Amino acid sequence: MEAIITQQEAKRHPMDNLLRMDRMPHIWCPGCGIGNAVSAFADALDKLEYNLDKLCVVSGIGCTGRVAGYIKVDSFHTTHGRAIPFATGIKLGNPDIKVVVISGDGDLVSIGGNHFVHAARRNIDLTVICVNNFIYAMTGGQVAPTTPTPAYTTTSPFGNFENPSNVPQLAEAAGAVYVARWTALHMRRLTYSIVDALKKPGFSVVEVISPCAMYYSRINKLGDGLDMMKFYYDHSIIKHGEPTDHLEIDYQKEIIVGKFVDRERPTYSESMGKWFED
Amino acid sequence: MRVRERIKPFGSEKPQPVKGELIIIEDRCKGCGFCVEYCPNDVLIVSDKFNSKGYHPPEVVHEENCRYCGFCQLVCPDFAIFSIEEKAVESKSNTA
Repeated sequence: MEAIITQQEAKRHPMDNLLRMDRMPHIWCPGCGIGNAVSAFADALDKLEYNLDKLCVVSGIGCTGRVAGYIKVDSFHTTHGRAIPFATGIKLGNPDIKVVVISGDGDLVSIGGNHFVHAARRNIDLTVICVNNFIYAMTGGQVAPTTPTPAYTTTSPFGNFENPSNVPQLAEAAGAVYVARWTALHMRRLTYSIVDALKKPGFSVVEVISPCAMYYSRINKLGDGLDMMKFYYDHSIIKHGEPTDHLEIDYQKEIIVGKFVDRERPTYSESMGKWFED
Repeated sequence: MRVRERIKPFGSEKPQPVKGELIIIEDRCKGCGFCVEYCPNDVLIVSDKFNSKGYHPPEVVHEENCRYCGFCQLVCPDFAIFSIEEKAVESKSNTA
């Protein structure tokens, strides 16, 4: 009997203790890259052997906002754009807890853009994983602040003429201490980058470029998720330490990935402790 | 005895073949094809059969080529495939 149980246990998925496998299959579309980001995060936790009771995952609204429901740690599914304020509160109330924000580009950079900027300015000890799929996917494919310039979406039927925002540049300018960008295909590098970001005290940002097979690539006729992945394979260039103003993503042009910023700044808790000491 | 036969550069024992297991949870698969495309040794193909949701799950065709690197497990967005490498018992070579 025991032998059978151990044989069955050996065939469990290695991420069974980190993910809520009873909720699988998840709601993400075939060819979506958010599952890859979750996979990399779970693998990073596995590599760090982190105490899961001292970890909290916060996510906002959107496709990536569903991550909080699939990770088997304490997690918050918050209101739209307000993932970072919730995370700030958790961090200030429980300074020994590691807080991770996993959310999308529409949630973090557009609706929560102000919170993103000010959390980076204060250098609160958070790890932000921003899954960038260039569009508001869950609500039906509206134009997002990261949509590249001539791309079509449901709310830009003549092409998007707005200038897209550059997440690494925004994070560096606001004061983040660790900024990296990878695509959903660079899985091992992404995993090690998340490990570094989790180890780093301060506001660390990892941007994950993810294919959106149902909206972004369907409206722009770019094929399915696998075609987007092949495009990332052909067009991503690894340049560590590239100045972040070179990192704008043009429509169907090269994507520069790598680790761009790794610096030291006093965190909010350190500054507060020093202030009250004096 | 010639020197070449007496001293072997990489230890006295032959490298052991890698052992492990590649497991596909077919009902979780959504047929995106990432594992088939990005397997470094082309172990998998898209099968003709359907799973319960109507997608074509991958099928193992060349398991002898699999090195259980686990990239399919990492690149699968649906947590539907994983590999377990059986760790070889530590040999007593080189130390004697």
